[in-house]
Amino acid sequence: MATHKLIIAGFGGQGVMLIGQMIAYAGMLEGKEVTWMPAYGPEMRGGTANCTVVISDRKISSPIVTEATAVVAMNLPSLHKFEKLVKPGGLLFINSSLIHEDADRDDVEVCRIDANEIAVRLQNDKVSNMVILGAVVSKTGVVKMGSIEKVMDKLFTGNKVKTLPLNKKALTAWEA
Amino acid sequence: MTGKEAVQSVMVDKNPKSMKAVFQYTKGMLPEETTYCPGCTHGIAHRLIMEVLDEKGLLGQTIGVAPIGCSILAHHYMNVDMCESAHGRAPAIATGIRRVQKDKIIFTYQGDGDLASIGTGEIVQAAHRGEKFTTFFINNAIYGMTGGQMAPTSLIGQKTTTSAEGRDKESAGMPIRMAELIATMDGAVFVERVSVDSPANIRKAKKAVQNAIEVQEKRLGFGFVEILSTCPTNWGLNPVKSLEWLRENMIPYYPLGNLKHPREVK
Amino acid sequence: MNEKVLMKGNEAFAEAAIRSGCRYYFGYPITPQNEITEYMSRELAKHGGSFVQAESEIAAINMAYGGAAAGGKVLISSSSPGIALMQEGFSFLCSTEIPLVILSVSRGGPGVGTIQPGQADYYQSTRGGGNGDYHLFVFAPSSIQEAVDMMARAFDIAEEYRNPVMIYVDGVLGQMMEPVVLPKPIPAVSGDEISKLRPWAMTGTDGKREHNVIKSLYLKPEELEARILDMDQKYQKAKKELVLCKTEGLEEAEVVFVAYGSTARITEEAVDLLAEEGIQAGLIRPVSLWPFPYDVFDQIPDTVKAVISVELSMGQMIDDVKIGCKGRFPVSLSGRVGGILITPPEIAADAKKALGVRA
Repeated sequence: MATHKLIIAGFGGQGVMLIGQMIAYAGMLEGKEVTWMPAYGPEMRGGTANCTVVISDRKISSPIVTEATAVVAMNLPSLHKFEKLVKPGGLLFINSSLIHEDADRDDVEVCRIDANEIAVRLQNDKVSNMVILGAVVSKTGVVKMGSIEKVMDKLFTGNKVKTLPLNKKALTAWEA
Repeated sequence: MTGKEAVQSVMVDKNPKSMKAVFQYTKGMLPEETTYCPGCTHGIAHRLIMEVLDEKGLLGQTIGVAPIGCSILAHHYMNVDMCESAHGRAPAIATGIRRVQKDKIIFTYQGDGDLASIGTGEIVQAAHRGEKFTTFFINNAIYGMTGGQMAPTSLIGQKTTTSAEGRDKESAGMPIRMAELIATMDGAVFVERVSVDSPANIRKAKKAVQNAIEVQEKRLGFGFVEILSTCPTNWGLNPVKSLEWLRENMIPYYPLGNLKHPREVK
Repeated sequence: MNEKVLMKGNEAFAEAAIRSGCRYYFGYPITPQNEITEYMSRELAKHGGSFVQAESEIAAINMAYGGAAAGGKVLISSSSPGIALMQEGFSFLCSTEIPLVILSVSRGGPGVGTIQPGQADYYQSTRGGGNGDYHLFVFAPSSIQEAVDMMARAFDIAEEYRNPVMIYVDGVLGQMMEPVVLPKPIPAVSGDEISKLRPWAMTGTDGKREHNVIKSLYLKPEELEARILDMDQKYQKAKKELVLCKTEGLEEAEVVFVAYGSTARITEEAVDLLAEEGIQAGLIRPVSLWPFPYDVFDQIPDTVKAVISVELSMGQMIDDVKIGCKGRFPVSLSGRVGGILITPPEIAADAKKALGVRA
């Protein structure tokens, strides 16, 4: 397996940190080497938020990503900031609910996902990050979808257990 | 005869039949010659605290924190486990000690530069947390060890080496009343100001020390005893005149008495 | 074997401290190390320990001093400006020979600087800003696992030498997540065991021994000099026993990088990038920053053309690198500051520049 290097970006509160952690967690469950690193800002909510995730069969030295195999842009500033870091032939995921511009790159595969609209159709706008997560996992093959479901089983416990079916459903909703 | 020998000669009653012991050295104080100046009342304050701990049988269960100031060597004289502190930090250190040694009696002994100037943050916050230890605050209205500079507690008009014309309210503010300030904290449950200028006041001071230690034994909250003291050397007065100066100048501004007293302790 | 868990660096460090028998923590909020303070506030009480949120870093280090002088196993943590405020305390801890572990999670400076990562506290850690002749023992892990494994050892070294030990990481290690295997818990020492294990501690005489005095004041110059000479013996011993360093690929190298902490990991990728272009690079990764592994630099072959100190600073460790190199090689800096992480291509470019290779 090649080394996957992901950048996931949006604004605070969109759950971009969480989906990055879920991919890292799933990678660990599959016995892979993983790192997750946040770019942490002084603003707690509403500011830019992004994280990098590296998943590999080999020991990972640098947790920072200068050439991403995939970039997820959940809002427009994120697209502007990170689109240039996708390596040629890589994947660029765009949340088309919030980003109406086209990508500048023509040497990468662009996937436009109407994440917020799809989430609203699922009766909960909050799962837009899970909609994107499903698309990222399917298109990149960074981890198995089954591993993500296992991670959900571990993370959504207690009060959150009732949200489990909705979150799992959201993982495949992007295809519809 | 050195001071140490003199101390020991007092301790050894050479003719027990013909003489009656009217004064004994407390086990709480080590037979060491102190570095305090003649007429300085640190010695009285030391003795009162250690005598109370001795009488209560608590010497072996006590941990003290010495300050920066003339009493920096308190750990050399007081016969309990003790440590040194950086200037003003004794209440923070005592806070740490309390977490580890939960069943001990813990006290800090601090002067006015240490407690009321550089260490105001630590003393106010320890009182605010209601730390279960006792602070003995020696207020002699001047920096002693460093050579007689103005303290936050120096009186208006008081001449010091950094207020040669006398303390000026416009530039230095009014003298700070620490006992009153500490008494505003909910966590401080015992607060009293005493003086050691006369035998009667010394007896009252001892009672305050006893009560403060009892408050700590019952873990009721933070205890604070402010002890008005003399500094003959830096005040430029002889020992007797110093006691008079304290009575005539300090007590009117720093009134004696109890400011806070929990119901559980008489 | 224990299970791998995915943990944020700061939380893993805190858990490792608890598993090393630490039961006391005193801290003040500061980014990027808040997860340590929060974790200790949640977890210590469950283990019979205590947490105090201090009113300042100055109070925190003094609470730590009190707790450790009373025989407790104490961890303290902060970040750059907070560590600056603790310097007086470090001097006191060294002079009074009180063991504890300091976790420094550094950010960019000077002044308020930034909460983003930085390594500009190398001087602060290894030279210090406290007064007098003293040294902290400073270790710089480059992965969460290495930091976690180091924790119990740090407490042991502190106890053996009766000197504070600093684990110096930057915000990258504090904030990132990696799978980690946590060490087995070591039981905490309490009650009477404290006075047996640490007979110097303030535990109360119980009327059975002379009073213990913890102090750094010596009025007679000869006594103080003797005291400092004693301390120095300890530091000389540390220079023999505590040096820790990792090296890679020095034999074939044209250029040698020196990097510590998270920057060493980024540099490893730069080594790979250069290899793809046919340039052999070696790496020296000092793990102990004080004592510094000067002798390791003797292993650099004469054929090496350049030595590069890679740091997130304007060049602080580079001073030690130059001492180690003894003038045998030109030494230059590759670094970024302001909270910006240096990238592998930037490091590779600096190497090519030092070698006189056209980019």
